[in-house]
Amino acid sequence: MHIASRFQMRSVVAGVLASATSLPARADWSLVNMPEGVSELSREIHDMHMIMFWICTVIAVLTFGAMIVAMTRFRKSKGAVADQKMLHNARLEAAWTIVPVIILIVMAIPSVEKLVKIEDTSGSGLTVKVTGHQWYWQYEYLGSGVKFYSRLARSSDVARQKGSGIDPRTVEHYLLDVDKPLVIPTGVKVRMLLTANDVIHAWWVPQFGMKRDAIPGFINEMWISVDADKPGTYRGQCAELCGADHGFMPIVVVAKPKAEFDAWLLRQKQEASTALAATEQ
Amino acid sequence: MAHAGHQDDHGHGPPKGIVRWLTTTNHKDIGTMYLVFSLLMFLIGGAFAFMIRAELFEPGLQLLNPAVFNQMTTMHALVMVFGAVMPATVGLANWMIPMQIGAADMALPRMNLFSFWLLAFAFLLLLSTFLMPGGAPASGWTLYPPLVLQTGEAFPMAIFAIHLMGASSIMGAINVIVTIVNMRAPGMTLLKMPLFSWSWLITAYLLIAVMPVFAGGVTMLLTDYFFKTSFFNAAGGGDPVLFQHVFWFFGHPEVYIMILPAFGIVSEIIPTFSRKPIFGYEAMVYAIASIAFLSFIVWAHHMFTVGMPLAGQLFFTLSTMLIAVPTGVKIFNWTATMWRGSVSFEPPMLFALAFLFLFTIGGFSGLMLAIVPADFQYHDTYFVVAHFHYVLVPGAVFGIMGAVYYWLPKWTGHMYDMRLAKWHFWLSAIFVNVLFFPQHFLGLAGMPRRIPDYASQFADWNMVSSIGAFGFGLSQLLFVWLIVKCVRGGERATAGVWDWPHGLEWTVPSPAPYHTFEKAPEVH
Repeated sequence: MHIASRFQMRSVVAGVLASATSLPARADWSLVNMPEGVSELSREIHDMHMIMFWICTVIAVLTFGAMIVAMTRFRKSKGAVADQKMLHNARLEAAWTIVPVIILIVMAIPSVEKLVKIEDTSGSGLTVKVTGHQWYWQYEYLGSGVKFYSRLARSSDVARQKGSGIDPRTVEHYLLDVDKPLVIPTGVKVRMLLTANDVIHAWWVPQFGMKRDAIPGFINEMWISVDADKPGTYRGQCAELCGADHGFMPIVVVAKPKAEFDAWLLRQKQEASTALAATEQ
Repeated sequence: MAHAGHQDDHGHGPPKGIVRWLTTTNHKDIGTMYLVFSLLMFLIGGAFAFMIRAELFEPGLQLLNPAVFNQMTTMHALVMVFGAVMPATVGLANWMIPMQIGAADMALPRMNLFSFWLLAFAFLLLLSTFLMPGGAPASGWTLYPPLVLQTGEAFPMAIFAIHLMGASSIMGAINVIVTIVNMRAPGMTLLKMPLFSWSWLITAYLLIAVMPVFAGGVTMLLTDYFFKTSFFNAAGGGDPVLFQHVFWFFGHPEVYIMILPAFGIVSEIIPTFSRKPIFGYEAMVYAIASIAFLSFIVWAHHMFTVGMPLAGQLFFTLSTMLIAVPTGVKIFNWTATMWRGSVSFEPPMLFALAFLFLFTIGGFSGLMLAIVPADFQYHDTYFVVAHFHYVLVPGAVFGIMGAVYYWLPKWTGHMYDMRLAKWHFWLSAIFVNVLFFPQHFLGLAGMPRRIPDYASQFADWNMVSSIGAFGFGLSQLLFVWLIVKCVRGGERATAGVWDWPHGLEWTVPSPAPYHTFEKAPEVH
């Protein structure tokens, strides 16, 4: 173990303890919990996750509590004598069948409404086609002629070779960096069309809340919309086992304000046409 | 053969030496062979897990190439599912079902022997793929096409191995059903039958229903590969996602095939060590049956991200959540069994209690995974890995270990080393949490599953998880040692073994004689 990582470990433990004791002061939960993300959808999904988590926690406290009471109060070593007549209890059994059904319905209702929203890709301002390859991504801005590949950054690729002698901790954004990121505008509903060239891949950026499979021969849809006030660089990975280098085809998305994005796309178009002209000569 | 001319081995012992084990049709011998086989596979599958966790101890690739890493994850799953957990429960069924229902043997003893040897050769074939050009299968145990079609020479061998395992499981299942339906002692009505036998009766129906589906699915893979059919190839009019539907139609009942016998075991152990009959016996039977039924209509919750229609997603969310109801009934009934009981903490009870707590944690994460929008985040991350390992390791595996600690004195005639057993329990129970709990964090923080290397922010929890894995793996050596010690000798066990034995198996001496219940007992 490297000294650095031991230090990190200690800081994680300290961080977890500190955040547990100093609630509700905002702590860094990013190493142990789902990110809230940078879109309305991702926040809604995060909220559902947290609601489920707390419901489960409450049920856990009650059931585990009952188990612990049963185990401690009715111990043979404390002289407990078994009541061998206690065989069933219709009312109790009905209760613990019906109450869970009600809890489950309460849990399920919000997911219906969210799901309808997630599946509605209408009204998008931009469509990007994403193609998974073994082992890199290809992005195409439909209607603009701009398309390019996005591969694992050279720095990570060198460091990840077996016996490279490079400590991954010294590589910036190790395994989560690419040579050319996908660029999207903030505040715009971006429709993604996903497919693959060889095997099934899955496109996932946790900060956007969504993941969808890219399947060869089929086109899947999803949409993302980064908050207008949250431009930045967001990172993710292929999430469906796709062969040897499945772990080495990251996704990097740079979200820029609309105006900057338009300027970027224009530049890409010009570069594409110059390149085309160059090849034609 | 209703009237065999003479039955030559009744009344005296089995043949000696290796011949006994090659030719035996005795349910106890076959049960022992299944259990030993399963322990061996548990150690081999564990060795693969060891290598996986060693590679993931730190970021960067230190030990395995990515391709070999994928072979490890694939073979770890195949060996653990089909080689360790399922055969262990079959071994327990062989040993205990005839003794629980008062039958002299399994109904179809020769088929019983055949299904064991099929399984042994299936695994010889599967494990030999490591030596083939292109290495062992590396597509994950889910065998999704088109990726699985990139497997090397191992491809047909792995498929044939799966066919053999399937045939073996189906035969085992038929045997269980025929035995239970036809050979119960007079007075042993179905609703008097011990819950372990009940759980296996239902498991056997699940096996017969889904194993052929899986065999059909992998056969379609085989014809796609060799005969250019296009079941799963879009270019030829097929659909890769069709395989996922077929696979999970098998795969979801399969997880219940692994866990239902453990439910049965826990339902035997908790009453014994609470000195009180099971609470809500009939509800327990109906709960198992409902879980088995529901397991057929939830399969697509494994594939929410493939792009399903809205109605499909809602249906599979709701049906999946429903499983929590009968599962909850079981958890509550086990708790109620201890309530007003007289509870003591012998090793089988310790494992059953750990099952009760830790399986429930796996149940909670399962409930979370059922909620579609949240599943879009959880899917294919370490959160899923944590979830199914909680239900399979402190769930199914702890159940099986509990069964071994419960019935080992009956099998060997010796009490085992209680102190060692408690050490084994506490080390396993602590390390299993160190191993799998942090994987929830990793998944939520964004680490995909099935990757050999990861970004630096995942380093700390991976290291914790690996330390847990090494501890858990090494603790299992105590288990092996304890069993060897117990087989070789120890304090004589009485017929009842435990304080409050209940059921026919405790009415025969320990060790159980080679032939039991040749004259059916009367059950009142």
